[in-house]
Amino acid sequence: MKIKGKVWKFGPDINTDDIIPAPRLVSTDPKELAKYCFEYDRPDFAKNVKKGDIIVAEKNFGCGSSREHAPIAIKGAEVSCVIAKSFARIFYRNSFNMGLLILESEEAVDGTSEGDTLSVDAATGKIKNLTTKKEYMARPIPEFMRNLVADGGLMASIKKRGVV
Amino acid sequence: MGAMTITEKILAKGAKLKSVKPGDLINSKVDIALANDITAPIAIKEFYAVGAKKVFNRKRVVLVPDHYTPNKDVKSAEQCKILRDFAHEQKITHYYDAGEVGVEHALLPEKGVVVAGDIVIGADSHTCTYGALGAFSTGVGSTDLAAAMVTGEVWFKVPETMKFVFNGKLDKWVSGKDLILRIIGDIGVDGALYRAMEFTGSAVSSLSMDSRMSMCNMAIEAGGKSGIITPDAKTKKYVEERGERKARYYESDAAAEYFSVTEYDASKLEPQVAFPHLPENTRGVSEAKNIKLDQVVIGSCTNGRLEDMAVAAKILKGRKAKKGLRLIIIPATPAIYEASMKKGYFKTFVEAGAIISPPTCGPCLGGHMGILATGERALATTNRNFKGRMGAPNSELYLSNPAVAAASAVLGKITHPDAVK
Ligand code: SF4
Repeated sequence: MKIKGKVWKFGPDINTDDIIPAPRLVSTDPKELAKYCFEYDRPDFAKNVKKGDIIVAEKNFGCGSSREHAPIAIKGAEVSCVIAKSFARIFYRNSFNMGLLILESEEAVDGTSEGDTLSVDAATGKIKNLTTKKEYMARPIPEFMRNLVADGGLMASIKKRGVV
Repeated sequence: MGAMTITEKILAKGAKLKSVKPGDLINSKVDIALANDITAPIAIKEFYAVGAKKVFNRKRVVLVPDHYTPNKDVKSAEQCKILRDFAHEQKITHYYDAGEVGVEHALLPEKGVVVAGDIVIGADSHTCTYGALGAFSTGVGSTDLAAAMVTGEVWFKVPETMKFVFNGKLDKWVSGKDLILRIIGDIGVDGALYRAMEFTGSAVSSLSMDSRMSMCNMAIEAGGKSGIITPDAKTKKYVEERGERKARYYESDAAAEYFSVTEYDASKLEPQVAFPHLPENTRGVSEAKNIKLDQVVIGSCTNGRLEDMAVAAKILKGRKAKKGLRLIIIPATPAIYEASMKKGYFKTFVEAGAIISPPTCGPCLGGHMGILATGERALATTNRNFKGRMGAPNSELYLSNPAVAAASAVLGKITHPDAVK
């Protein structure tokens, strides 16, 4: 899977309340949740985000609650990929389980600014900054997780294994 | 077979392996799978979407609609109805509704649903609370939960463990909440990312079960996968008085390997306060100077237990909350509510001008029952003070233990409990 998109840059410790505030958790509809994505931190985000855009953030993205509404809201906003220096544990699990592509790379985050255009090869983890013409490699995804993604997420994997 | 930590031993048991080591990917059985009114609706939708008909074990799937109950609006009422219908259809044993519902992480230990040695996953980040009982427990998302409801299994990466040793006699106003706030202040909100946290030492042994639960509850605020305290006589008494299954007690081998070991002189600690907008902005209460408050909340899965009510009552007895300050007290479960009433705490609270809320998460997540307006400032005994967590994005939230919270309600500003004596 090859991805190309414009960068929205975020700081460290972006938490799940930043991504989708608790008062909005009365829905599980991706389109509805996307309307309020980052509503406090970046009120312009939901209005201006374009299909395929990429979120680039510093360390510990997605910390806080276990709400899947967070990756759902980001997916609902049609963001193609999140690249961060590190992810909070539950957010990391949730994203894989939901099929939101996330990559860890310190160098790529340091080498990317707001508004840059990146291309990402999900299979190899190669990240190209088309604005600065620099290339980076994301941390490889463990095989176990790759299999989950290949099966189409956790629930699809369960179905495939015939557990149901 | 190498030496193992308590966490590694429990996970090895769950995966039916002789031993595990950090970094191993394992498939483990689940003793308890928990979800609430925010996370269960998604899990239930996915459960049906894959064609599942029955949960793996109706006694082991636990559903607690605690976040927006009593339902705050039509949407939340619809969410709760999804749980209710599912619970009835699946004949879920541990489904709590109406007057039986309480904040999940206070309710489960109290009801004996979780016992020592268990592997618990919950679609709620504060599921790590049950480490206080000697269980491995961790928060997951709704999809993990949905999968576990079907299979009774979950995958884990075995975490490294960070050990925190607190020795020394604690000041009378210092509780488990203060110890964990201090750790988070020192290592930051991602200081324990992906790792298990093990709390030990004479000061930890001296803590009550309620206080140990507050401590493990906040492991996630340091990014931790889990927090755990080795079971001792207190744990065994607590678990055996109410546990509905046989407990299994584990402890770390002396030669077990740790990612890090940090030692604290607990006798030097004063009550801690986390400043806005992260739990890692922790300082001693003596450094909180002239911080005036609009609201104080005493409750939540961190500090809404009976001991917390007792401490608040002790300080509020014969006193009044500062005029105009909204003091909201939320006993976390119906049993705590009833005990507080019988022990006369409610009389004290009402005379102090407090509002007593039914058991609910309520304002803790900015849900309902005590939301802050723009520019308002609150002190709460909850666990998370992210921007806008209790209401308006420009409101400010401070965190503390219940003694500091009660005393601060009296003076109308953040204060040491001794200041009201
Ligand atoms: S009391 Fe607060 S932290 Fe605890 S489960 Fe409820 S919302 Fe979450």
